[in-house]
Amino acid sequence: MKAVEVRGLVKDYGNFRAINGISFEVNEGEIFGLIGPNGAGKTTALRTIATLLQITSGSIAVFGYELPKEAAEARKIISYLPEEAGAYKNLTGMEYLNFIAKFFGEGEKFQDIVQRGLEISNLGERINDKVDTYSKGMTRRLLVGRALMVNPRLAILDEPTSGLDVVNAQEVRRIINSAVEAGVAVLLSSHNMLEVELLCHRIALINDGKIIASGTAEELKMEYDAGNIEEAFVKAIK
Amino acid sequence: MIGNIIRKEFKELFVISTLIPIVVIAIVYGSVGNMIGNIGETMKEKPVIGIVDMDNGNFSDIAMSVLTERAELIYDGSDTEDGLEEVRKGNGVGLLVIPEDFSQNVYANNPGEIEIYWIMRGAGILDSISSGVGEGLVQAVNQEISKTLIQQDISSDPTLVLNPTIRSDTTFFKGKEIEGLSPSQVSNMLSSQSIVIPIVVMMLIIMAGSSVISSMGLEKENKTLETLLTLPVRRSHIVIGKMVGSALVGMIMAAIYMIGFSRYMSSFQSSDINLANFGLALSMQDYLLIGVSLFIALLAGLSLCIVLGTFAKNYRSAQALIFPITALALISVFITMFKDFDTIPAVLQVLVFAIPFSHPMMAMRALMLDNYSLVIGGIAYTAVFMVVMVWIAVRIFNSDRLLTGSVRRKIGLGRLALGFRRS
Repeated sequence: MKAVEVRGLVKDYGNFRAINGISFEVNEGEIFGLIGPNGAGKTTALRTIATLLQITSGSIAVFGYELPKEAAEARKIISYLPEEAGAYKNLTGMEYLNFIAKFFGEGEKFQDIVQRGLEISNLGERINDKVDTYSKGMTRRLLVGRALMVNPRLAILDEPTSGLDVVNAQEVRRIINSAVEAGVAVLLSSHNMLEVELLCHRIALINDGKIIASGTAEELKMEYDAGNIEEAFVKAIK
Repeated sequence: MIGNIIRKEFKELFVISTLIPIVVIAIVYGSVGNMIGNIGETMKEKPVIGIVDMDNGNFSDIAMSVLTERAELIYDGSDTEDGLEEVRKGNGVGLLVIPEDFSQNVYANNPGEIEIYWIMRGAGILDSISSGVGEGLVQAVNQEISKTLIQQDISSDPTLVLNPTIRSDTTFFKGKEIEGLSPSQVSNMLSSQSIVIPIVVMMLIIMAGSSVISSMGLEKENKTLETLLTLPVRRSHIVIGKMVGSALVGMIMAAIYMIGFSRYMSSFQSSDINLANFGLALSMQDYLLIGVSLFIALLAGLSLCIVLGTFAKNYRSAQALIFPITALALISVFITMFKDFDTIPAVLQVLVFAIPFSHPMMAMRALMLDNYSLVIGGIAYTAVFMVVMVWIAVRIFNSDRLLTGSVRRKIGLGRLALGFRRS
């Protein structure tokens, strides 16, 4: 079964068409990257698949659940990490993980989820401090932990390493790879094309709401006779 | 340079979204003021009264001349029942009955009794102004007779000279006959007993409402809303969870406030009044109804706040959105304090009834006067208001509006209802 099947997706904001008929699929255990410049429609596409936005036309299925009709079922297997996500500042990191875990399990299952969250976020003693006192990197690690601790079948990660320093960014990439090894399908967006080349099994280049090319990094580089994905993207939009 | 900064600040702060609520509220307050009327004019108006003079003596003649000059007589006859009927029909304040032995008693150095049958229509502060003017008439009669006693050297008893008349008050109010109290005494008594609930409701609504609107603003400002909306939880549960959580916070804050306020209010209340003596006591069932009314109104207010909160872009804009809630709560407090529901114009009755917070504010006084239909009708309306607001909030939570500030397109009622069921 496909983790995500998007067919002819169109999303309008009033008279503005943010997504113009995109189609793609994400397989189980795969990292699929949507890459493109700011305003290309990456976040809108991810938010729509994450059940946050309505669909203007086209169709989306997540592990067979049709959106928006079966959004409630889809939410049980999706975990979404927004680009500029935050956590509740008056809660400690631990309280925040507990809060999220309670939506996904009780008793032993709840304990397992929280334990996984603690391991992924790897904040040590600071997990008992208020989120308000965390640095941006620590908050992002907590949020990545939150997103992946619930064992989602599909993780939707919007710019997962945005604003992080090299060390924290590498740590987040490692966490994502570990999750995929455990069977999670990952759909991520980034405008950091070199990072996507490193991380993703397959890539779709998106510009002005349309997918202009897709394939593995090697396929795209070969198709556009480019040395890296960034160069391939520039050639693709010309 | 400073002008540049002032221009920037002005443009940033003076925006249409903050202006509209203030303009609307200003118009509402102005209209309410016009509809309630002018206190000064009411006080200048001659009170409409009836007189039954059974004495026809020298002192009752003095009383009659004072009353004829200062009041508008609607009845001048000898039958108390007929007089009361005429006063009721003519929207008068009361019937003054001067008994047969009035002048004789004064001549015998005993104060002459004037029986006053008051027709009280409302227990609000403004409702009792006309009867207050009526009470002033009796005082004027008293003074005129005092003057005569001194001028004609009729009595040397200073007590009699200073107070040659005594009043015997009976107030008819909403089908109850309250002996021994004038309308202003009844009004004061009811106000002192029922003022606490409007203040509690106002503080609850403002504090809990402020919490729920701020919570929506903070969700957006802290970028936690998107995560919340992708969790496997029904939208209706998110809305209700926010409402109940805020209600708890609001209740704690209001309780702390009320500890101080009740101490303050207790200094105004007399402890020797027993409402049961006047048929104005509340039963356990009445207190239960007040509790239900208060609880439903709180939830209705919070559901309205949730809908308003969806418009908050951040914590700062959330603070501005609290203003309309505060203003509505104040309108309810002031109208119910100054006027009874029955004595305000029809347009204001609709406004007061439409504001869900008004109902618990009016409930205590209404139940004292056995007006169950107003209280039960208010509870039913408030419950419907709450359900509609929660429904709207859930619809907004299901739409793009919460994240993008726009709604995808107009959706038919059938689809809306379907969406609510799914949520």
